[in-house]
Amino acid sequence: MPEPMGFYTDTTVCIGCKACEVACKEWNQLPSTNGGVNTLSGDSYDNTRRLDGIHWRHVKFIEQFTEDRKDGRWLLMSDVCKHCVQAACLEVCPTNAIIRTEFDTVVIQSDACNGCRDCIAACPFGVIDINPASGTAQKCTLCYDRMQVGMEPACSKACPTNSIQFGTIKELQARANRRVAQLQKEGESRAYLYGADEKMLGGLNSFYLLVDKPEVYGLPPDPKMPTRNLNSGSMFSVLGALLVGLIGIFNFRNHGAAEREEARR
Amino acid sequence: MNGIPSSTFFSAPPDWGWLIVFYFFFGGLAGGCYFLAVLIDLFGRPEDRPLARLGYYISFPCIVISGFLLTVDLYRPERFWHMLIESNTFRPMFKPWSAMSLGSWALLIFGIFSFISFLSALEEAGRWRWPAARRFRPPAVLGSVLSVIGGILGFYVAGYTGVLLAVTNRPIWSDTPLLGMLFIVSAASISAALIILLAHRYGWVTSGLRALHRMDAWVVALEFIVLIAVIVSLGPVARAWLNAWGLLLFLGVIVIGMLVPLGLYWRGGRLGERNMTTTAALVLLGGFLLRLVIVFSAESL
Repeated sequence: MPEPMGFYTDTTVCIGCKACEVACKEWNQLPSTNGGVNTLSGDSYDNTRRLDGIHWRHVKFIEQFTEDRKDGRWLLMSDVCKHCVQAACLEVCPTNAIIRTEFDTVVIQSDACNGCRDCIAACPFGVIDINPASGTAQKCTLCYDRMQVGMEPACSKACPTNSIQFGTIKELQARANRRVAQLQKEGESRAYLYGADEKMLGGLNSFYLLVDKPEVYGLPPDPKMPTRNLNSGSMFSVLGALLVGLIGIFNFRNHGAAEREEARR
Repeated sequence: MNGIPSSTFFSAPPDWGWLIVFYFFFGGLAGGCYFLAVLIDLFGRPEDRPLARLGYYISFPCIVISGFLLTVDLYRPERFWHMLIESNTFRPMFKPWSAMSLGSWALLIFGIFSFISFLSALEEAGRWRWPAARRFRPPAVLGSVLSVIGGILGFYVAGYTGVLLAVTNRPIWSDTPLLGMLFIVSAASISAALIILLAHRYGWVTSGLRALHRMDAWVVALEFIVLIAVIVSLGPVARAWLNAWGLLLFLGVIVIGMLVPLGLYWRGGRLGERNMTTTAALVLLGGFLLRLVIVFSAESL
């Protein structure tokens, strides 16, 4: 049995080149939008805008500048599916199209998906969407096909600065912890790991080194499993049914008497 | 959180639109009408049986429409059966912790119950001949057992949709555990309203119909309380309704769909018989708008 594998993304060395986006699109044969004609978003250098069915990698550009622009910094982050150990999408999928692989990653089997979109609503990170070419929900597979033959995923292979690193989770965690310690020693006290430990959804198999609050990067500070509402939601529904049933029985059992009462008035 | 009230605001909308709104409405009517028909069958008087039949007549077409809407809403409708049979093993596809998986089975099984009761009601009305069909309706023992199970399944179909929304990570939907309860209570109110409207059309103004009208008023009052509880339980997320959807919720659902009908019920004597139908029409409209607001207000975030 292979060890759990994943990505560790050190956002402090990302240069926003988007080689990961291109490599992902090329390897996975993902179509372009708008017939390949570039549409400019007007939002920094980010024209991809979000992860969806045909964008499985998305480099985010966050500009943090003072009013007079004398001081500032770029935050760059290559976003991708987090391959959560407790995966919301996998949990809700009603067709078992979403599976956990032998590498502890999460993959959508396109031939089993029927496009119900429950996984899209369930993912706390907004990663999944429909690929219009297949009519099924799609996202990063962590290059399952490459991993099965011992190859590295296309994005991390293409990353020129080693911002995206691929390996066993254990090894990546150790490397990430060393990097946080190094950055803090050098004065970057804001550096921390997002999703590297089990506290967040059992651990994210694609975790990040960040230097600002998660929400600045468009990441939820406190992602949760969708089934947190299953028991309470069901209990309240039963309560609702019981109350309606009681109102019904009360009105119908009594309705002869009530009619007579009304007639007397 | 930079003014963001919940972690749910980082998820993506699933593009559940009009088809789902109509499904929630027809699914609610299917389950609610069946439940009311069972209630009338078990606790009503013999002269109320046409009302119960009306409930079964509404329930079955509504559940067929629901199945159709759900199938068409899939991006791959030809794979609808993947919900029930695992496509690569051909084993039954059953996942009890997935609200959608359970709901798919509930729709199928409730559909069968609804169909049997529909046939049985048609037989009682003399629309076709099959005397054995009477065994499938109260007061026959088998019929009573089937009705009770079918009624529970009906409520399940009406309410699971609210739980389904709660078992996501979308803002509003998953920020309260009360949507299932709201949908069940609302299913009862819109179903009573539709039965009242149709019964009036056919001139079946019995004491049972008045009981249904009275019941509807109590259910609408309960629905109002549950909706307020939903808003309170949302906490800071309720601010997401400070827009046109919130306005529609207030004017369309709360005022027109709940408060005016309640006012008409308790103070609408001057309208005479039209009071009952006006109240019912407003409740039905409010129930539809409720589903519209809940689906689209979260979709737009």
